[in-house]
Amino acid sequence: MQRTTMDLWVGLFVIAGIGALLILALKVGNLGTYSEAQSYTLVGYFENVGGLKIRAPVKSAGVVVGRVMDIQFSTKTFDAAVTMKIDNRYQFPKDTFASILTSGLLGAQYIGLAAGGDEGMLKSGDKIMKTNSAMVLEEMIGQFLFNQASEDGDGGDSGKF
Amino acid sequence: MPRRIVIGIRGVGHRVIDSIWRLGYASRFFTLTLLKSGTSMRRFSLIIRELYFTGVLTLIIILVSGLFVGMVLGLQGYETLQKYGAETAVGTLVALSLVRELGPVVAALLFASRAGSAITAEIGLMKATEQLDAMGMMAVDPIARVVAPRFWAGVISMPFLAAIFSAMGIFGGYLVAVVLIGVDEGLFWSQMQSAVDFRFDIVNGIIKTCFFGVAVTAIAVFEGYDAQPTAEGVSGATTRTVVTSALVILGLDFVLTSFMFRGVS
Repeated sequence: MQRTTMDLWVGLFVIAGIGALLILALKVGNLGTYSEAQSYTLVGYFENVGGLKIRAPVKSAGVVVGRVMDIQFSTKTFDAAVTMKIDNRYQFPKDTFASILTSGLLGAQYIGLAAGGDEGMLKSGDKIMKTNSAMVLEEMIGQFLFNQASEDGDGGDSGKF
Repeated sequence: MPRRIVIGIRGVGHRVIDSIWRLGYASRFFTLTLLKSGTSMRRFSLIIRELYFTGVLTLIIILVSGLFVGMVLGLQGYETLQKYGAETAVGTLVALSLVRELGPVVAALLFASRAGSAITAEIGLMKATEQLDAMGMMAVDPIARVVAPRFWAGVISMPFLAAIFSAMGIFGGYLVAVVLIGVDEGLFWSQMQSAVDFRFDIVNGIIKTCFFGVAVTAIAVFEGYDAQPTAEGVSGATTRTVVTSALVILGLDFVLTSFMFRGVS
C-alpha cells in the first residue's frame, strides 16, 4: 500500500519535470517558432560586418526568415563570409539584395534581405551577389567631417567647421 | 618560540596531506559507486523510493522559492528597464537569467541544503548505528544497497527540479510584470521567445544541472559514508556537505559558463 502511493508521487514528480522542460522549450524558447531542420543555407560576402553576431536574425520586410550561422574571414577575397540558414518556406530570387542593418539607433545588427525581380530562385549553398556592408559609426563621422571641411575649404577658411 | 613555528608548519602540512588523502579516497569511492550501480539499477524500486525522498519532498521548497525569485526579478527588472522605456524586455530578462544561471544554481543550492544534508545524515547515522557493518556481515554490499540508489535518485531528480524552478520563476515574473504592473502580454512572451534560444540557453542550462546533480549527490553520499560514527561526527559531516556543495556548485558554474557562453553574445 505504502509503495503504491510513493510510486504515484514519483510519477507525478517526473511528469511535472518533463512538463516544465516542455514549457521551457516551447513557450519560453524558440523551438516552437523556428526549426533548423527545414532550412537551406546561403552565403553572403560583406566588405564589413560591423557588430553582426552569430545567431543574429535574417529579416525580410521585417519578418524573421532565418539566422546567421557562421561568420568567417575569407582569405581569397579578403572580406567576411556570412553563412545564414533560411527557413524552407521562404524562397528568394537570385538577385536578392542583402544588407547589414541596425534595429534602432543603438540596437543589435541583423541582415535585411530585399527580394529582386529574377525568375530563378536561390538554392542551398548559393552565394548572394549583391551585398551592402554595415554602417560603421566612426567612418560615417569621419566622412561627415571630411565633407564639411572640404565645403568650408571652398570658401577659403579651412580648419573651421 | 621556534618550537611553536615548527608545530604550526607541521599543522599546515598535516592539513594539506589530509585533504589530498580525502580527495583520493572520495574519487575511489565515487568510482566504486559507479561500478556497483548496475546491481541497484536492476532493483529500480530502490531508486524510486529514494526519488520520493530526494525529489518529491524537495518539490515544495523549489516551487515556492522559484516563484518568489521570478517575482523579485520581474519587479526589479521593471524598475530599471522602465527608465529606458524598455519595460517589455522584462520577460527576456527574467527568462534568460533563470534559464542560464539562477535556475540551475539556486535549485542546486536548495537541493544541497534540503536533500544533500538529509542523505548525509541518513547514511552517517546508519554508519553510527552499525547498520552498514551489519549489511556487510549479511553479504549485502552497503555501497550497492544504500549509496548507489541515493546517488542515482539525486542525479535523476536534479534536472527536473531545476526545470520546475525555472518554469515557476518565469510564471512568477509573468504574474508581477503582466498581471500586477500591466506590461503588454503579447510583447512579454514574444520578446522572450525571440531572445531565448533552445540550444544555447535551455540545453546548456540542463547540462549545467546534470553536472550539479552529480557533484552534490556525490559529495553528500561520500560525506555520509566517511562520517565519524558519533553524533558529533554526523553533524559535522552534514555541515561539510552543505558548505562543500555550495562552493563546488558556484565554482563549477563559473567553469561551465566560461566553456558554454564564450563568443556567443
